[in-house]
Order: sequence, then structure tokens, then C-alpha cells
Amino acid sequence: MIENKSQKRKNAWIAFLCVLAFLALVFCLDQWIKPTDKLGMLLIVLQKGSVYALAAVSMNLLNGYTGLFSLGHAGFMLLGAYTYAIFTIPDKSRDAVYQYFDAAIRFSIPEKLSQHMGGFGTALGVFIALVLAGLVAALMAWLIGLPVLRLKSDYLAIATLGFAEIIRAVFQWSKLGPITNGSNLLKNFARASKFKLEIAGTKLSLSTFVPVLIATVSITLIVLIVNSTYGRAFKAIRDDEVAAEAMGINLAKHKMIAFVTSSFFAGVAGATLAMVLSIAQANNFKSAMTYEILLMVVLGGIGSITGSVIGSLLFVAASEWWLRGLDSGKFLGIEAPNIFRNGFRLVVFSVIIMIVVLFFREGIMGEKELPDLFRKKKKDPAKEAQS
Amino acid sequence: MSEQKTKLLVEHVTMQFGGVVAVNDLSMEVREGEIVAIIGPNGAGKTTAFNVITGVYAPTNGRVSFDGECVVENYPHGKMKKSYLGANGDMFHEIKEPTPDKLTALGMARTFQNIRLWKSMTVFDNILIAKHMKRSSNLFSAAFRFNSAEEARHRAEVMELLRVVGLEDEKDDLATSLPYGKQRRLEIARALATEPTLLLLDEPAAGMNPQETGDLTQFIAQIRKDFNVTILLIEHHMDLVMDISDRIYVLDFGRLIAHGTPDEIQRNEKVIDAYLGVVEDAED
Repeated sequence: MIENKSQKRKNAWIAFLCVLAFLALVFCLDQWIKPTDKLGMLLIVLQKGSVYALAAVSMNLLNGYTGLFSLGHAGFMLLGAYTYAIFTIPDKSRDAVYQYFDAAIRFSIPEKLSQHMGGFGTALGVFIALVLAGLVAALMAWLIGLPVLRLKSDYLAIATLGFAEIIRAVFQWSKLGPITNGSNLLKNFARASKFKLEIAGTKLSLSTFVPVLIATVSITLIVLIVNSTYGRAFKAIRDDEVAAEAMGINLAKHKMIAFVTSSFFAGVAGATLAMVLSIAQANNFKSAMTYEILLMVVLGGIGSITGSVIGSLLFVAASEWWLRGLDSGKFLGIEAPNIFRNGFRLVVFSVIIMIVVLFFREGIMGEKELPDLFRKKKKDPAKEAQS
Repeated sequence: MSEQKTKLLVEHVTMQFGGVVAVNDLSMEVREGEIVAIIGPNGAGKTTAFNVITGVYAPTNGRVSFDGECVVENYPHGKMKKSYLGANGDMFHEIKEPTPDKLTALGMARTFQNIRLWKSMTVFDNILIAKHMKRSSNLFSAAFRFNSAEEARHRAEVMELLRVVGLEDEKDDLATSLPYGKQRRLEIARALATEPTLLLLDEPAAGMNPQETGDLTQFIAQIRKDFNVTILLIEHHMDLVMDISDRIYVLDFGRLIAHGTPDEIQRNEKVIDAYLGVVEDAED
């Protein structure tokens, strides 16, 4: 018992220190590397990668830990992205953004708060808009969960996939133009590239640090939930629903909690994605996005949060950076414009994924987490007795 | 015995699947502190009766009362009204179909015929999850660890329970890595962790050798005493049943054919014909 507790505390410290070191590194990289540098790609990978990591971890909470196979993630991210964008567009650019419509919602939370509190108000406003984005997604998840969570496995996947597509269609509907700007994109809202910290006259860029921080804090929250009594109940439902119910776990309630929590963080991920990309457009949140996230979860290992993070970072790095050359004629110093043409990257990418899935059946991490890698292998008492 | 309070009362329960009547007009009573066994040949409807009592199935007709309060009730209605094949179809008029977790919260806990432990989890966690229903925390207080006192108490209770059932040394092993007999024990311990007043054991000795069965018999008698629980069990091992049961109900083809003390049952012609005779042949 005592040993168990100190081990747990040690694990928590290892994870905490790793995360802190990572955040410090990202902050420094943000200052050293200019977006126009050769290594500028690294910043983009970190920005997008952290957003996708959050999306993947929140999907893992549902698909990996609770065993509910849902494919509605892109829909919840869309809700988050739009909520965030709509509530952070400054008043003066509102009319330019809604050029074909008469904007219905006319206030920007960061702008309102900055009038009273200056720079801190802007940051607080962005934070509030992020939470609001999550809440809108969570509320929608609750409404959809009422009928849909009665369904099992494949049926649930189909129903949630359908929901995501409906949401996308509704947001592009011109009748809702005054709110969603129809099928046009939303822009000019609070975006990562504008985030700066000014200390004693020197401007420090936060354009990568802020998305990474949002993702880190959110993922930490998910880890805390997974390791709490609720996380154990989710796992019990995944492993054996009948036994879980017989042991007093209310299935409907716990499935709803998992679904709503997962969607909340999907909403935050969507908002952060809008922040990173500087635009929000319904057309970007296709079901292909859900599949990409699902792929990251599977690559990393279903049921491992560390795995989801590594999976998404690798996925984004490969598709945005390392394999870019395959599309533009030059890859690893080989020039072959006839083969390395537009679209070839996706072919190679698919082959790599197939290989990974074939040879790492359980994903990169299986069900292991970060602290597990630092722990010595458990001694086998039978073997010890022999020697 | 008869002065004791009624713990569980089953009245005219019929369970019909399509055109098959799995349990037909079953009435039984379990009094507080008793060990009651349900026996009968395979397919007699024993496990179905269990599933009705614990809320897994809603009965087609009948009522189940727990601690003097009606917890499950149904009557043939809708489509079933026309196709109902059982008796007493016009006796009940209410519908009460709680999910199993509601009944567990009232103090009814069960084990399963085919062991249903959570496979990817350790022995300790398997029992700890059963404590989840005793929590007072919500998602936020649990995530931010405001419930650490409660969590520590639950962990201590689980350790205590593990010590009582003799699984202390295996607490960090995967539940499925345990030998069969210990998995059964763990399942009983998990049910006990919900602090039940009625424990339902579905074939606890299935697949056990005589030695293990003997141990289990003692174990069941011990938990009745230590945890102050009433026990209802289904079993095929007659020595276990005859040894510890206060009373026995015998089912055949979904119908109750006899009930009484072990001595009465062993002398009952109908029971010997339907069930016991065969078992004695097989055991000799």
C-alpha cells in the first residue's frame, strides 16, 4: 500500500516535470525561431500537433476509455471553432467579415474586457471564449446523447457521424448567415499569430506557446479525470457493461458524462484550431477530420493518452513537414518531378500508416503511459526464487 | 425461522421470450439471514429467475419485492397481451422496470455464472470500482482530488475486504491471471464491496473440484456470518447445496416443482425423478 502510494507520487512528478520542461522548451522555440526560418515548419507542427493531440486525447477518452465508438468529433470541433470565432471578432471588422449578411451577434468578449482591464482583459476574454466554445459543444453533446447513447458500437458510430455532417450542413445554411456567415469563412478574430507578451519593452511571441499551453492544460484535466473514480468507472463500462451495471454503475449517466466531457474538450480543440489557422470555415470540419483524429488515436494506442499525443505529433509532422517534398518534386535530395507530384505524399503516407498498423498492432504505446517508460520491469517472483 | 423478516419476495413471476416460457409463475420467499438455494436441471430457468430479480430482464408478468418494497413489477401489455402463455395475466397492473444498478444501490449484489471480472484491471481495481457507487463526489471534485479522504477510505475498505477473502497477496495481479477458484472468490468479494444485504450467487462452484467446493462452502458460510448477508444461490453441486442451505427451491421446465428444507427435498419423489436421481448416479 505504502509502496503503491509513493510509486504513484513518483509517477505524477515525472509526468509533471516532463510537461514543464516541454512547455519551457516551446516558449524558447517561440522566441528563437522566426516563422519565415527554415525551421519555421517546426512551429507550425507544434501548433497544429498540439491541437490535434487535444482532439485525439478527448476522442480517446470516449473511444478508448469508455468504449463508446463515436465519430462525431469534427462536428463538436466545428461548434467550438465557430463559437470561439463569433465571440472574438472585433467590432470594427465585424461588417467586413459578414459582408453578405447583417451580423446578429455584435460583441467581442476579449475586446469588451480589454477596455476595462487592458492586456490582461484580452487574455481573459480569449480564455472565456475558449470555455464557452467547450460549453456549447458539451451542451450539444448532451442533447444528442439523450437519444443516441442508447445505441451500441457501430450504430452509435453511424449516428454520431450523421450528426457531424448535419451540423456542418446547418452551419453553411444561408438562413443562419447572420450568425454563422453562411458558407463564407470567419476571420479577423483573436488568433495565435497575434498573441504577444510585452515585458519591459521587449515583445515575446506567444503564437506557438498559447495553443500548446491550452492543449497541455486540457490534456492534464483529462488525465486527472481518467485517473479518478470516474475514469475507473468508464473503464469498467468498456471492459464489461453487464458487470459494471450489476456493480451499481449507472450506464446511461456515465456514458453521458464521458460523451459530454469528451465533446467539451473537442470544442476547446476546435476553438484552438481556429485560433491557429486564423480562419473558421464549416467546410474544413469534414468527416475526414474525424478519421484523421481516429487514426492518431489508433497509431498512438487506444487507451493511452501519451500514445495519442505522440501519435498526433508524428502524424502532423509527417503530413505537414517531413513528407512535403513528395508533393513538390524533391524528396531526400532526389529530384523526380514526374513521380513526386501533387498527391503522391498521400500515397506514401497511407503505405506508412498501413505498415505501422500491421507491425504495431496495439499502436506505438499500447496501453502504457509516460511514467511506465521510466519504471523498471516488474520482477518475476517465480524466476527470483529459482536463481 | 418464520418470525424473521422477509428479505426478498417473488410473486407469480413469468418470463416469456417469444413463444418460450423460461420461468412460469414462480413464487418464492427469502427471509433475512437465510441461505436459500435454487436447484434444477440445465435450462430449468434458474439464471433467468436471477436475471429477473436483479433487473437484467423485466419480467413478462409478476412482482419482486425487496425489504418489503415493490422493486420490480410488470404485466402482459402491448404486443405481449395477446401472445402471453403464462398464468395470472390479470393480477398486476403496474410497470416498474429499474436498471440493475438501481437494485444494487438498494442492497442487492450478484455474481455471474460465467465469471465477469474486468479483464484489463488488477484485483485491487476490480474491487475498488465496486466502491464507485458509494461515492459522494461529482466529476469535478473527483478530477481535482477534493475527494481524497473518501478515496483513501474506500482504498482502506478494499484492502480490508481483500484480507478477509484471502486475496491480499494477489492485489496487484491482473484479475484474469488468477486461478479459477480465486477468480470466483474475487467476484464474490467485488459483490460484497457494494455492501449488499442480499447476495445472489449464480453457480459459485461451477467448474470446481471437490476440494475447492469444500473451501467455497466454508467461505459462503463465513461471509454470511461476517457480512451479515442473506444469500440466494444457484448451484449444481448437491453436497454444497445440502450442506449450507436453509431452504431449497427446485425448478424444472420453468416451473417450481418443490420447496422445503434439504431433508424434505432429498426425500421428495418429484425432485428425485426430475433432478436428484440423475445427479446421484453421476456422482457415484
